Parts: sequence; structure tokens; C-alpha cells
Amino acid sequence: MNFRTDSRQFKRINRRELLKLSPVLALGAFAIPKLQKPLLKTGLAFSDWASARLFRSGHLAPTFDDSELTPFARFPINDYDVDDPGVDLNNWTLTVSGAVRKPGDYTLAQIQTLPKFSQNTRHVCIEGWDVIGRFGGARLADFLNMIGADPAARFITVQCADDYYESLDMATARHPQSLLCYEMYDQPLTREHGAPLRLNIPTKIGYKQAKYLTDLKMSHVLEKAGYWEDQGYSEFYGL
Amino acid sequence: MSTQIAAITNVKTGAISEAVYEHPFIVRLCHWVNAVALLILVFSGLQIFRAFPSFGAKIPQKDLLHWPKAYALGGWLGGGLQWHLTFMWIYIGTGLLYLTYEIFSRNYKQVLFMPRDIRGVWPMVHHYFFFGPKPYIREAYNPLQKLAYTSAILLGILSVLTGLAIWKPVQFSWLAWLMGGFHWARLWHFAMMWAILAFLFGHLVMVVLHGWNNFVSMLTGWKKDPEYL
Repeated sequence: MNFRTDSRQFKRINRRELLKLSPVLALGAFAIPKLQKPLLKTGLAFSDWASARLFRSGHLAPTFDDSELTPFARFPINDYDVDDPGVDLNNWTLTVSGAVRKPGDYTLAQIQTLPKFSQNTRHVCIEGWDVIGRFGGARLADFLNMIGADPAARFITVQCADDYYESLDMATARHPQSLLCYEMYDQPLTREHGAPLRLNIPTKIGYKQAKYLTDLKMSHVLEKAGYWEDQGYSEFYGL
Repeated sequence: MSTQIAAITNVKTGAISEAVYEHPFIVRLCHWVNAVALLILVFSGLQIFRAFPSFGAKIPQKDLLHWPKAYALGGWLGGGLQWHLTFMWIYIGTGLLYLTYEIFSRNYKQVLFMPRDIRGVWPMVHHYFFFGPKPYIREAYNPLQKLAYTSAILLGILSVLTGLAIWKPVQFSWLAWLMGGFHWARLWHFAMMWAILAFLFGHLVMVVLHGWNNFVSMLTGWKKDPEYL
């Protein structure tokens, strides 16, 4: 398709075409300090929304042979504070509260009456490393039935002996691989790995799998997403 | 789609020159938004990489390279992730818009490397790197350019797929499996970044070599005095 024009008119055409690109400048909003934080927060929230949509209750995380396990001594010990918050293992209970029919203190023996499941799954840290570990414990879904969790409750929040705190959405909590974990590598949890009880959620990133649990609360609204979430990490971070 | 060609009469001298409309608006828009997104993804990605600059075991950890904090975006791992998880949508969005447009407008014929372009690659390489004679150019993009751009588009697609595999190694476990597992997918994602940066380096060198009219064409769409008319 050919047409004739003169240099003056051609300049106008070029200017118009250039101006059509001006929406690109909208990206400059990210360079404005006042706007940057809310924009990135929105981006992260959108990613979390998409993550929740991508989660499938029936889809299992890959499991591995015993030969693929990372040796226990090479399973990293990560915490935000102390390796051993000094939990009194003899008098420990998990305090259950919130939207449940049977709130109160649950002993480890009570939790261990639930069917035990063991799984070799990948533990992925937000830093980028990953290990394959062996985890054993009760299904969180079974425990929710034990405490009479309100089916309408939407979140679980946990408190830890080291003041760490975390939260889980109900779809993830009821996933068959989500465990209240009291064993690693077929041995009772060591103190550094969260004795006597931690979360093992193979469909979540590492920081959501809190250790040294002391309290568990069911709620309809999310009051506190978690320690790292408060520093700026993703709230959902499903794998 | 037939290419628009303008015959321009200079109002002062009366001389006639020609210009070709090489880059439709959607292509230019996607090019620049994607370019910004790419740079942000590279520097926020390097911030994320700094948290564990290795592809080996965590214990014992052997660092591959120490990327300076000053050349990473976001200040810390959480900040880097916020940038990365925000701009990946812009990167994917412009990528999808571009691909859709290219297919439905049939503009892909301008850029897609086809088997018939194979024999034209060596003469271009010979010209650029070994001072060989300049091959006769018949289209907007020469065969080597088509190869470079088609490769870059493929690298872009692979960067997204490897990224999805490490963002969602459980939901997209088949994708991670294809890449040899989560661990390898992370290495592939890193490799894709360097491959894209290698393209970008060559691309920028060529932009400088080919001068102002060529550069302006990605802003206005119009290339003045193209060599192939």
C-alpha cells in the first residue's frame, strides 16, 4: 500500500505514532517512591490470588524414594531467632482456640492417636535451596475434625514457642499431604527441627511450615498472615 | 497485510525519499514495555539469586558467584520477589499480546525464521564477522536477524516456563519434571536469563551499528530510506 506525502506531513505522522507509545511512560509510576510500595503490594497480591486459583486440592506434591532423601545431617535448620526456644517437652500442649467446637489444650499423645502418615517430600526454601526430607505425623485435616473445626472457618493461624507466627488457608490445611508433623526421618522431632510439633506442608514454601507450635486458632478473617509476610513476603506462597 | 510505503517529497528541496512502516503499534508497545519488564526481572532476579547463589546443596554450600547488592533490585530477597512477581505478569502479558498479534495479523512472516532462511544465514555471518560482501537484502529482516529474533522469542517463552516451574513446582510438577526437577529448573531459569542477556548485547550492538533511522523505526514504526526498497 503506497501513498504520497511531503516531509512536513510525514513529520506529523511520525510524531503521532510516537505519542501513541506514551502509555509506556505509565511504568514510570514504579519509580515514584510514594507509589512504588502500593504498586508492588498489588502485584504481590495479584500473584497470591493467582496462586490460590492454581492450587488443586486433589493434586499431590511429588514424593520420592528413600534413596533420594537428603541425609538428615544435611537438612538445614532455619529459624528467624533461636535454634532451640527451650520448649518444656514434658508439659507441652497445643492450645486450640477460635472457631472450633472443642477448644482447649491438646497433648502430643492425643494428636498421636490420629492415623500416622509418613512422606518423602521436597522442602523448598524461598532463598532457592531445596532438600528432600522424610516427615511423619497426623493429617492436619484429621486434627481439624478432632477439634470440631467450623467448616466455615477460612484460616488457621499458629503461634510458636519462639514468637514466630504463621497462617494457612483452609484448602491447603485440608490437603492430604498437610501434616501436623512430630517425626522426621522416623525419629521424634529434634529441638532444632521444631520439637515437639511442626507443620509439614509440601504444597507450601518453607517459611509457612512453622516449628515449635504452641497455639492453633481457627478464624474467619486473617488477622496475622505471618512473621515473614509482615516483612513483605507472599501471604499464600503455594508451590 | 501489505506493507505501507510512503513516498515523501521534501518541501524545501523537492527531493523524493521513501519510508516503510515496519513496526505496527502493538509490536512497538510490546517491545518497550517488555524491555522495561525484562530489565526489572533481570535485576530483581539477581537479587533473588543472591539469597542462595549456588545450584548445589545447601549443606555444604558452595557459592557460584557473588553478585553485588548494588546491582540488584529490591534491597533484599523479599523486595526482589515483589518486583519479580509483579513484573512477571507484565512480561507474560506483553509476550502473549505480541504473539497473539503476530499470529492474527500475519506479521509473524516478517520475523519468523523459516527453513528457506537457512541458506541466507552464513552469508550474513560472513559479512558481519569476517568482512565478507554484503548480501542483497530483500526484506525488513535478513535471515540472521530472523534467526536472532525467533531465538529471542523462544528464549522468552522458555524463561516464562522455567520460571513457572520454580514458582509452582507442585502445581506444575510436570513442567518441573520436564526440566529435570525443581533443582534443575532453577538452573535453566538462570541460564535463560544469561542467554537473553547475550541476545540483548548483540541486539544493542546492531542497533548502534545500524544507525538512527533504524532505531527511530521502533519508536514511530516508520523506517526512512530502507536499504531493501
